[in-house]
Amino acid sequence: MNAAIGLDYWDIAFSATIVAGLGILLAYYRLGVTRSLVVASVRLVIQLQVIGYVLKFLFAEGKLVYVAAMAFIMLLVASREIVARQKHRLKGWGSFGLGASTLFVSSFAVGLFGLLVVVKPDPWYLPQYAIPLLGMIMSNTMSAISLSMDRLTSALVDNRAIIEQRLALGQSAREATLPYLRDCIRTGIMPVVNSMATAGIVALPGMMTGQILAGASPTEAVKYQIIIWFFIAGGVGFGMATALKLLEMRLFDKRQRLRLDRFA
Amino acid sequence: MSLTIRDLQFLDWSAIALELGDCETICLRGESGSGKSLLLRAVADLIPNEGTLELDGQDREEIPPTQWRRNVAYLPAEILWWEDTVGAHFGEPPTESDLSRLRLSSDAMGWAPSRLSMGERQRLGIMRMLDRNPKVLLLDEPTANLDEAASEVVENLILGYIEKRSACAIWVTHSQSQAKRVGNRLFLMKGKSVHPCTEEVAWE
Repeated sequence: MNAAIGLDYWDIAFSATIVAGLGILLAYYRLGVTRSLVVASVRLVIQLQVIGYVLKFLFAEGKLVYVAAMAFIMLLVASREIVARQKHRLKGWGSFGLGASTLFVSSFAVGLFGLLVVVKPDPWYLPQYAIPLLGMIMSNTMSAISLSMDRLTSALVDNRAIIEQRLALGQSAREATLPYLRDCIRTGIMPVVNSMATAGIVALPGMMTGQILAGASPTEAVKYQIIIWFFIAGGVGFGMATALKLLEMRLFDKRQRLRLDRFA
Repeated sequence: MSLTIRDLQFLDWSAIALELGDCETICLRGESGSGKSLLLRAVADLIPNEGTLELDGQDREEIPPTQWRRNVAYLPAEILWWEDTVGAHFGEPPTESDLSRLRLSSDAMGWAPSRLSMGERQRLGIMRMLDRNPKVLLLDEPTANLDEAASEVVENLILGYIEKRSACAIWVTHSQSQAKRVGNRLFLMKGKSVHPCTEEVAWE
């Protein structure tokens, strides 16, 4: 294996000129996104620098407790992100708890399955494998959970009068919400299905590209990419199903009344 | 059929008690915004509420909510439609004679709901409710969008149903003459509470 070509800070600075040019163009047209672009670029640089050192430390230490702490922080940040993307939030910590518990159950279960059954690094929590694997599963699951939760609540808020009339005719909460639920599951799972269907044709998936750049054989890299996609599909699907089920239980009470008053 | 309401409480309202017997219709009058539809929705168990609701002596807690609402049917003031055709909202689509009795076209079941006029929505909404064979009717101004003649047809249809099934009804109305025609008793909704009252007081 030949190691990847190293980049120095000048290389990064040269690349940044492209974004700087874009920022000037956007400012010229007064699109009001220049500031966001600058903030995002600075965040990108700082966050990734920091994570680079954190990972270096984690890999050097290789202790389970550090890996677990890292996974816990990832979970907290992702859960906060889920809440931030909700237009209608449950009162108190409801949305955070729902997002965090669902994300935890689905992505950790799939991640552990991947580590213990499929990849089997030694030790099983080897950070070089555990952290990126969990990260990829979790970020996709996070997007799907937040998107589908937001869609279901918004659909029920927008159609509250129709839901109530369905219930008034004796339909169950499930019958009354089924069309919206179907729509949510479809929108949540379609991005993953589409990405899987076009993987390798339209774009080389990021992880595979990384491995190839690092000198791995393409045929090995694709194997990893394939199992990663299966894990992501599992995490996304199971995570979303659990989130929507739990959300439905909060949206309706035991007398199957629509309880939008539980949302802030 | 009998409906017993005791200590019914919702939001910041005073506790409400009402008793409906076989074939009985009580009329409810109140200013707009006085919360008539809140009361009806509470009785249909569609909004959070506390207190005793009994259908023929059976407590609502013993009856699954879906069955309760099929028996204690709420007719909203504005009827909404969600399926592609009108007919898809019915379990057993009404017969042509039922439709013509309400002066509705015989092919109305195949129509898209967006085609319906306000009056048609209301009349079909009533049929949609009766299609579930309810025992108690909670009617929120069922003839609000209808002219005199159509109102009378609808009144007769509902009264006929109540008679035939020994059902009972709470009928919200603004019309004094309608209250006289359909109601056995009259109640006034005022100050977040419900009081029995006379015709003179209700329409003073």
